[in-house]
Amino acid sequence: MDDAPATASLTRVAAHEILRNMLRIRRLEEKSAELYSQGKIRGFLHLYIGEEAVAVGAIPLLTSDDAIVATYREHGHALIRGMSAGSILAEMYGKSNGCCRGRGGSMHLFDAGLRFYGGNAIVAGGLPLAVGLALADKLQQRPRVTVCLFGDGAVDEGEFHESLNLAALWKLPVLFLCENNLYAMGTALERHESQTKIFAKADAYGIASAAVDGMVVLGVRNAMRTAIDYVRQGQGPYLLEARTYRFRAHSMYDAELYRSHEEVDEWKHRDPIQLFTALLTSSGLLESTEVAAMELDIAEELAQAVATAEAGAWEPVTDLYKDVYTCPA
Amino acid sequence: MSRITYREAVRSGLCAALREDPLVFLMGEDVGRYGGAYACSKGMLAEFGPERIRDTPLSESTFVGAGIGAALGGMRPIVEVMTVNFSLLALDQILNTAATLRHMSGGQFSVPVVIRMATGGGRQLAAQHSHSLEGWYAHIPGIKVVAPATVTDARYMLPLALREPDPVVIFEHALLYPMEGELEDVSPETMFKATVRRRGRDVTLVTYGGSLWKSLQAADELAGRGIEVEVIDLRSLRPLDLEPVLASLKQTHRAVIVDEGWRTGSLAAEISAQIMERGFYDLDAPVARVCSAEVPIPYAKQMEDAALPSVKQILSTIEELVHHE
Repeated sequence: MDDAPATASLTRVAAHEILRNMLRIRRLEEKSAELYSQGKIRGFLHLYIGEEAVAVGAIPLLTSDDAIVATYREHGHALIRGMSAGSILAEMYGKSNGCCRGRGGSMHLFDAGLRFYGGNAIVAGGLPLAVGLALADKLQQRPRVTVCLFGDGAVDEGEFHESLNLAALWKLPVLFLCENNLYAMGTALERHESQTKIFAKADAYGIASAAVDGMVVLGVRNAMRTAIDYVRQGQGPYLLEARTYRFRAHSMYDAELYRSHEEVDEWKHRDPIQLFTALLTSSGLLESTEVAAMELDIAEELAQAVATAEAGAWEPVTDLYKDVYTCPA
Repeated sequence: MSRITYREAVRSGLCAALREDPLVFLMGEDVGRYGGAYACSKGMLAEFGPERIRDTPLSESTFVGAGIGAALGGMRPIVEVMTVNFSLLALDQILNTAATLRHMSGGQFSVPVVIRMATGGGRQLAAQHSHSLEGWYAHIPGIKVVAPATVTDARYMLPLALREPDPVVIFEHALLYPMEGELEDVSPETMFKATVRRRGRDVTLVTYGGSLWKSLQAADELAGRGIEVEVIDLRSLRPLDLEPVLASLKQTHRAVIVDEGWRTGSLAAEISAQIMERGFYDLDAPVARVCSAEVPIPYAKQMEDAALPSVKQILSTIEELVHHE
């Protein structure tokens, strides 16, 4: 695990951008929970609170040509990739101005223009897809990277092992980024994996790998930079394990019977936003008034996003059969 | 017109597709050095090289998923799954990804992947290599499912499938590969229309794939007994084109469906239901079905023969149907 790297090489502007992005995710998720309790959002809602340092440490390092394949806990990734909060919230509302016209909801955010390939809600289902996207890039000799996000639960699935093997065998430009939040839904890591060092599994496939403290945003950023460079140079796939923790329940239906309040509280002391705020403050890169100003901006962004979602129209039921096929036979 | 085997027709279609479009490639278990489990891609590695004729590990879910991903990435993959029995390991990718992606994303993506697999029994390969599960695939909205029964369809359906912007699954009955037939010089315009393979005024027989040939043999024998059977080859299982069936029923007033799938919840059940919904008043007798026995297909020859639709069963079913009062 990396210690928190020094902020020496970080500009004030870059530091603020990182903090702002983590706060944007946190506040979007809090707003989503609030809207869920009001019945504005239905279905499953999986919150990313506590894990923000991974998305914010990783995603801004990608170019617009790179691709992202994510999971059903992907609001934060979508936001940092560049989807507007309005498009995300409208999708969660089920409105036609949502990114998927309300067809997908919280678990299925997609944006073709941003090369954001979901929003996949079958655990490990996105890994083969990412391998295929990377294969297409390799065959067409494009210097792109496909980042595939998944949780520790996905490591239990055969597709994890099949995909690492295939990606290594064909030396494909795919970066497997495991967000290990220590629980496969409600089953603790040591209760679902015989080898709890997920990054160590890469050895079996001859894949380069590393583990990083997923609560330390600069650590994630540094580890990602190494991983992306490796993959983009054509050296083959890479597995990065970010150890993190989900502060909220698995979904809104979860009574959290499988973990103690003490454990959650202990992890909250390592809140990635608080850790980074403290680091910046002590380094003289941040004033408390600046945080307040950021919060105001974010509140405004989210107020507009809610307004966008509220104002959106419902897709007419007459469109039900639209887009089952590109070209109905 | 030339006379070739079904296997040669498949290979000819594959080669033409790879020659025509550099984005097309073939991947699957043993498609390269081995030449394909059914020898469909024999010799192709030498012509097209290992980048375009890709041997895969035995990881059905992942290489089918990789085909879906490669299609999203702008390639035109043809994924060969050795048999439908093994394809169940990839069913998640086909159903939960390929079939859903477009609708779930509000129309943002097309998934132009072609997945080929062998299906069917009759070679004493027992219960894990002999089933006909194409009806399960035909159940899934978001994919298109075809079953070439003739060498002409085996040759031309693949290029037609590659022209589709949506996922297409092609089922090739394993017993057909060595079968010889006349290859027509011109491609059919579409693979989504059913066609009449034999004209007849007394009974409408609806079938597809490997069962077409048993059905035609039965029709030949019945002609000698004065019963003229109209044999319709569905060709496409999704979408289903029942127009020729409904038109035929207006003359015959009797229908029998021959389907190698298990009877319960089968494609034959769906066709029967649609005939009831759309052609009820043309019927003079209940729709009859010849399907596989509801057992795992056994190894021993006499048991396997008894489990699969046979010419004899088709004959007796039709004779009963025409004598129905």
